[in-house]
Amino acid sequence: MRIPKLTGAIRHANSFAMQERETGMGHRILAVSIGSLVLGGCVTVEAPTEPIVIELNVNIRQEVIYRLAEDAGNTIEENADIF
Amino acid sequence: MNRYVIKAALAGSAFAVALGGVAAPAYAQRDPAYAAARSSGQVGEKMDGYLGIVGSESVELRRIVNDINIKRRAVYSERAQATNATLEEYALTAGCQAILATKPGEKYQAPDGSWQTRTSAAPMRDSRCP
Repeated sequence: MRIPKLTGAIRHANSFAMQERETGMGHRILAVSIGSLVLGGCVTVEAPTEPIVIELNVNIRQEVIYRLAEDAGNTIEENADIF
Repeated sequence: MNRYVIKAALAGSAFAVALGGVAAPAYAQRDPAYAAARSSGQVGEKMDGYLGIVGSESVELRRIVNDINIKRRAVYSERAQATNATLEEYALTAGCQAILATKPGEKYQAPDGSWQTRTSAAPMRDSRCP
């Protein structure tokens, strides 16, 4: 009779154990990235890839858009079925 | 004699080019399902150069929009390469033009991200649009 109660108590403990594991994973990822930083310079290129792509949209300059405007206009005309 | 032949040939080809210019190819028209979704405001032009679903999404609308956007991306990609631009730069520029080309009643995305119905007035566009 007492055993089920004990398992119940263990379940609560399990949730804490999970949290611990998650932080453990964080450390592992950190360790891996530090490890790969040590391994080669290419990682310094790899790491910021995503944020840069997002920034590109914001950083597209007006002069670039002006340069492409005529070509883009023609493209829309020539592909009227998908515009 | 030879010079005359060359001249005649040149004039002939120039004439052919001019003819080709006059007889402009009839560009393919929109698929009826896409045309209907567009004019009823179910789909609209986004700022990024792609088509978006305005109201509630359905399987059929998603299919239409995905189909168009995949084709657009292919065209953007090819033209971006030809103009030495990035895909995002070219797509954004095309978005400027596509929003400008919307007809009254059609939907487009304003710079704040909201969907707007095109009126006879100029559409609200990104400040960088030409």
